[in-house]
Amino acid sequence: MKPARLAVPALFALAVFMVALPFGLKLHQQDFMISLLVWVLVVSSYRLMALTGEYSLVHVVLMGAGAYSSALLAKLAGFSVWLAMPCGALVAAGLAAVLSFPLFRMSGFYFLIGSFAAGEAIRLSWTYFTVPFGGPKGIKLIPSPELTLPGLGPIAFYEPIPYYYLTLIVVGISLFVLYRLENSRVGLTMNAIHWRAPLAESVGVDTWRYRALAFVIASFFAGLAGALFCHYYGTANPVQFDVAAMVYVLIWVIVGGVSRFSGPIVGVVVLSVLNELFREAEQWRPLIYGCILIAVMLYLPDGLIGLPARIRDWIEARRGVAALPAGAEEPADFSSSKRH
Amino acid sequence: MEIILQTCVNALVASAFFALMAVGLVLIFGVMGIINFAHGELYMVGAYLVWYFYSSQGWPFLVAVLVASLIVTVIGLLMERTLFRPMRDNPLGGLINSIGLLFILQVLAVQVGGVGLMKNVPPAYRGSLDLLPGVAIGNQRLVALVIAAALLVCVWYFLTRTKVGWALRAVAQDRDAAALQGINIDRISMLAMGLGAGMAGMAGALIAPLARVEPYMGHGVIITAFIVTIVGGIGSLSGAVLAAVLYAFFHTFVTTYWNGTIATMMGLLIMLVVLIVKPTGIMGTRVSE
Repeated sequence: MKPARLAVPALFALAVFMVALPFGLKLHQQDFMISLLVWVLVVSSYRLMALTGEYSLVHVVLMGAGAYSSALLAKLAGFSVWLAMPCGALVAAGLAAVLSFPLFRMSGFYFLIGSFAAGEAIRLSWTYFTVPFGGPKGIKLIPSPELTLPGLGPIAFYEPIPYYYLTLIVVGISLFVLYRLENSRVGLTMNAIHWRAPLAESVGVDTWRYRALAFVIASFFAGLAGALFCHYYGTANPVQFDVAAMVYVLIWVIVGGVSRFSGPIVGVVVLSVLNELFREAEQWRPLIYGCILIAVMLYLPDGLIGLPARIRDWIEARRGVAALPAGAEEPADFSSSKRH
Repeated sequence: MEIILQTCVNALVASAFFALMAVGLVLIFGVMGIINFAHGELYMVGAYLVWYFYSSQGWPFLVAVLVASLIVTVIGLLMERTLFRPMRDNPLGGLINSIGLLFILQVLAVQVGGVGLMKNVPPAYRGSLDLLPGVAIGNQRLVALVIAAALLVCVWYFLTRTKVGWALRAVAQDRDAAALQGINIDRISMLAMGLGAGMAGMAGALIAPLARVEPYMGHGVIITAFIVTIVGGIGSLSGAVLAAVLYAFFHTFVTTYWNGTIATMMGLLIMLVVLIVKPTGIMGTRVSE
């Protein structure tokens, strides 16, 4: 664990880096950074859900619900994009609230499969109903936000750099809220439900309500991410939010490690940057992801976030052995915990 | 009237395939407690192997089908050994590993067969059998139906009438109690996985001349298999078969008279309702923890 006084300068340095970053990048890399920020928000909100111990397969579909409703409100109902985006997030949260009644009657596996079914049914309805969802082609030409600052004139949010800053601000605030929430009394209760549900119940915690609350809040931020996504890229279609996208989110979360707040973020950043570096190997991407996923599951159950501790343990174990004179007995604590 | 009867015939063929997939999934889940997300990809590999052996290499169709399902069985055994055995106390881990494998198999299929190029597998048996005036079943479908049904009967006989089959069902019922009786859990797990994979491979191999053979053909199949498994009761073999027949008729009729997307959507909703109202399914008795 890092000392707390190091955390503030480190976060500040990260913020400066993120603000300066787009100027050193090419156009497609700026595009990539915007989508990376959006996915960071998706995986972090997914972690809030995972805190209660439930893994859902409906998260990306709810992100799509945010994108679809924000796009439709801005395009058909004539809402300002600034209003449409939070409304999209609220629609996703509302949908999650409705879904929580049937879904949280189940848990574990049944919840996983049930959320999968609910998600696919929602997604297929986008494919089937051409009005208003546009069928398989989805919605195109979604407007980008407009803002005129006094003295500066209109800001071109269809350009990558201004939109990058918008995304950075929204995602930054959302991450802060999610982080505070996790360390609040509510977040601790959610964690307690994960590990000791019967005990939490016995002291008067309504587990159903906390599970549903985590689900609704997580879906709100997923919907916000979807809205951010669609107003930059200008499209929303059923394929963007399909099972494959959901599985990628799951992979990022698990490869990064779900035990800490930074885990899923590390997962999505590391894997996406790797993916960006090897763009020409695009068709091999699922295979590489599959191999990484299996390797992490088998050999690194804490995810990438657990890697430093693993290495430290390993080095200490090595040093402990090397420091011993030849033929000496190993210290008892090594033989019991570190060595197999 | 003829259309109704013809649709019934089509539904009968579909139910045999649904049952092959679902029974395999149930066997794997029952014994290991793991939902094999890559089950659809085993089916896809079976179809690709038939394309390779039968269409490209010119082997006789039935030999190609047999070899294909044997190879998929071996893949299943390797999966149990490397991916599922270390995850036996961690159902989510097993599921994640099978998702990893799903990606790997899809990419390999794309690399072997190319993207976008549909693999053409000509039917081995041409012509059709007239059951009634206006109601016919293609000979290729008839062969597939007979083989699939025969395989299901064999599996049923194996599970209910042989000692090893009893052992397998005992493990599915209570792993620890079965282990205390001296049943080798590792061996039974491999058996279940091999059997399940082999059935999926056989289904894919038989369907190759009747369907589009492409890397993502497993996706629709796994959704169907999930629906059937859940509706039938996740640990119940007879439930899986019954649900396969019911769902095949439902899906074929809705597709014929309305729309395929609507059929799948309604199937998912039915599954959701079953999960909410009776999570143990129509035939299941096992209580979830």
